[in-house]
Amino acid sequence: MSIEIPAFKIKTGTLPVLQLHILTTDMAQLKEQLALRLKLTPDFFASTPIALELSAIAESGAGLDYAELAAFMLEHGMCAAGVVGGSAGQRAAAVQAGLGLFTDAPARNIPKRDADQAPTVVHVVELHEQPELPVFSGGAAENQPADPPMAQAVAETPPVRATMVIDRPVRTGQRIYAEGGNLVVLAIVNAGAELIADGDIHVYAPMRGKAIAGAQGNEAARIFVQGMEAELLSIAGCFKVFEEGIPENVRGKPARVHLEGSRLLILPLMH
Amino acid sequence: MAKVIVITSGKGGVGKTTTSASFSSGLALRGNKTVVIDFDVGLRNLDLIMGCERRVVYDIINVINGEVSLKQALIKDKNCDNLFILPASQTRDKDALNLEGVARILEELKQSFDFIVCDSPAGIESGAFMAMYFADEALVVTNPEVSSVRDSDRILGILAAKSRRAVEGLEPVREHLLVTRYDPKRVNAGEMLSVTDIQEILRIPLLGVIPESESVLKASNSGTPAIHLDKSDVADAYRDVVGRFMGEDLPMRFVAEKAGFLKRLLGGR
Repeated sequence: MSIEIPAFKIKTGTLPVLQLHILTTDMAQLKEQLALRLKLTPDFFASTPIALELSAIAESGAGLDYAELAAFMLEHGMCAAGVVGGSAGQRAAAVQAGLGLFTDAPARNIPKRDADQAPTVVHVVELHEQPELPVFSGGAAENQPADPPMAQAVAETPPVRATMVIDRPVRTGQRIYAEGGNLVVLAIVNAGAELIADGDIHVYAPMRGKAIAGAQGNEAARIFVQGMEAELLSIAGCFKVFEEGIPENVRGKPARVHLEGSRLLILPLMH
Repeated sequence: MAKVIVITSGKGGVGKTTTSASFSSGLALRGNKTVVIDFDVGLRNLDLIMGCERRVVYDIINVINGEVSLKQALIKDKNCDNLFILPASQTRDKDALNLEGVARILEELKQSFDFIVCDSPAGIESGAFMAMYFADEALVVTNPEVSSVRDSDRILGILAAKSRRAVEGLEPVREHLLVTRYDPKRVNAGEMLSVTDIQEILRIPLLGVIPESESVLKASNSGTPAIHLDKSDVADAYRDVVGRFMGEDLPMRFVAEKAGFLKRLLGGR
């Protein structure tokens, strides 16, 4: 028996994939809003494979012309690769239209988000980096921790507590946790120190350690520092480290940090 | 009121014991009754630096265990009349120390001494903790390199959080920065952190800068604290440190590169 040179290999791999959450079965509305959104960033998707997330319309059981949607998306540079969730009928229809089936996403993502979300038609959960901005550049794996606390925050908002004020240096190995509230540090925070707050973090001195705001999942939490030299910044579980150094426009300068979608934005603090 | 001063650093090999020996000798030379305690149980070194290793009979652990009196364990220094050494045990480990025992020894020493200098072991484990717990003041010994500075930062954090003064809510431990093994030439070449860089990170008052010098090694090997050396930068620097500690306002020396002979001749400085 001769040994053949293998022509292919089958392997599993975990790849980041964008999900397009379909929140309506009204094709006209869907197309209109999608077109509007894509006009803002024309080349953003560039044939990125997209999973259609159907759990929001699963209960309605209504059908959707997947072939038509896929064609429309392709026109706009998005490549519909398959569907996630959805009713049995919807999944069958998707297969008919030539789409693949992704195994179901963990159920935790779905109900709470839908209940509280403003009625936008599309919701892109994982945006990839936009190189021109100093954004959270991690891949999907790093983004993921944002999900569970997010859902938690919606369910139970912790009661507001008094702001914790620290007026002495926070040194390496020290960890300060402002539970349920904001944290204000008036002295230096050195490398290896950790500031954690369920609310916002303000540092009115050089900040060289880690700052973890919205620790319980508050996505509206913010970080303000007078001298940005941080090792790590995190809001609601979305974090950013600075292996390549801190972006020049904020390095050592006053800066503010907030979450936009699942991107951590670090911007100079304007006066 | 007697003062307890801990010489600490976090990192090993930066010059804690050298500093303990010279600093306590300097205090004694100014007429203060001083005792220096080696807390590095199991890695006894202070007696070697002080040149009294052949006279060690009893040690701090014997005193803690009540086997001998403090008076029996104290060794009189060969250079200064006012200085005594309480050596560490070489055959035990740090677990032999306990807070009650250390507290008892310090209380007794406070009756007859002006300054009690505690030479801390490296690290942040029990030995270092015992040495710093009762401190009123701390000399944080730092070399001009990043890992030493970070370890000093850690120690300062522990002093601020876990010392007796912190735990009991008293006035915080007074912190002093002592930069040792400083070589202005290498600082200028960008190979070492400058005093300014170190202060920018640690943000505590600078007590002194000890220049890097071969004479320190010679002094250690001969069992003479560096402060006793003749015509030595290191001895001058340690004398300045003691002076500043006693409240004198002395200019900071040895931070700038020494002007060469030619430069001096041509009016360089």
